Amino acid sequence: METANLTYIKNLSGGDISFEEKIITILKSELPEEQKTYFFCLQNKNYKDTAEIVHKLKHKISILGLKKSYQIAVEFEENLLKGNAMGKDDFEKILMNMTKFVEQL
Amino acid sequence: MNCIIIDDESTARTILAQLCKNVPDLLVVDEFPNALQAIKFLNENQVDLIFLDIHMPDFSGFDFIKTLKKPTNIVVTTSDKGYALEAFEYDFIVDYLVKPIQIERFEKSIKKVEKAIETKPTRKATSGQENVENDLYVNIDRRLIKIDISSIYLIEAKGDYINVKTQEKNYIVHSTLKKIEQKLPDSLFIKIHRSYIINIDKIIDIEDNSVLIEKDVIPVSRLCRPELMRRLNLL
Repeated sequence: METANLTYIKNLSGGDISFEEKIITILKSELPEEQKTYFFCLQNKNYKDTAEIVHKLKHKISILGLKKSYQIAVEFEENLLKGNAMGKDDFEKILMNMTKFVEQL
Repeated sequence: MNCIIIDDESTARTILAQLCKNVPDLLVVDEFPNALQAIKFLNENQVDLIFLDIHMPDFSGFDFIKTLKKPTNIVVTTSDKGYALEAFEYDFIVDYLVKPIQIERFEKSIKKVEKAIETKPTRKATSGQENVENDLYVNIDRRLIKIDISSIYLIEAKGDYINVKTQEKNYIVHSTLKKIEQKLPDSLFIKIHRSYIINIDKIIDIEDNSVLIEKDVIPVSRLCRPELMRRLNLL
């Protein structure tokens, strides 16, 4: 599995520590909440709302430099919109990977 | 240049604000997590540019665009490449940025916006005071009605009244051509006859001594013709 990184965030910050801290704070606070919403919607087979939350998570995946994972998330979102959860396991591995990375920041 | 950011994701708003911070003369006046809050803001304020996320729950970016009373330069920001075709159906969507937005691509987008603003000088709004110059209030049946000056294509004298024509509506106002002429920007309007003032940007063609503007054919007086010809960008 590919490793998350802060390359994109560092590149944007150009050394602006306050921006880096702000983004990291948002990731730390939003990621657990969005995960909860994801599992809740999926458990209830509410694929439309699951797709919404996957869409939000997709952006976080991309800013953490997870390019391959992003593609997996794109396909998973499309499947959810079609009414099936194909790709769920792979997506959940990405979530775990991302959570571990964000927790140690 | 003033701008606002509309995006339901705080990470996206923070990133855009950071990108804007690095552009001289670009000021983020506000950020909104949904389109409805932005509509309220835009009812009272004018901006040069809107960064707009298309994929938002309940009220999408396209829904927002349809509510805009005055088209403003919009840069669409989205994770979905699939909206590009629909986005470019709107004249005032200047660019389409796919997330995660890269610095170089963002800078290119700003250049496009600057170019779009240069070609539409009356759209420029950097303060509340300049809003007044972009709009004209006319008194009709004891109501002050706001008209976007740039939407006016023709003003016709009719006795004690003038007929102010816009693409959407005509307004019969108790006033004179002389009075309204003083309120209009010289860069955009020209008197081509003692009874007509036209918006030079809205001319379709000129034939002999008449101008076709929207669906109206307006006579050009001999006296006004030289000034009209001088104002045209003739090849």
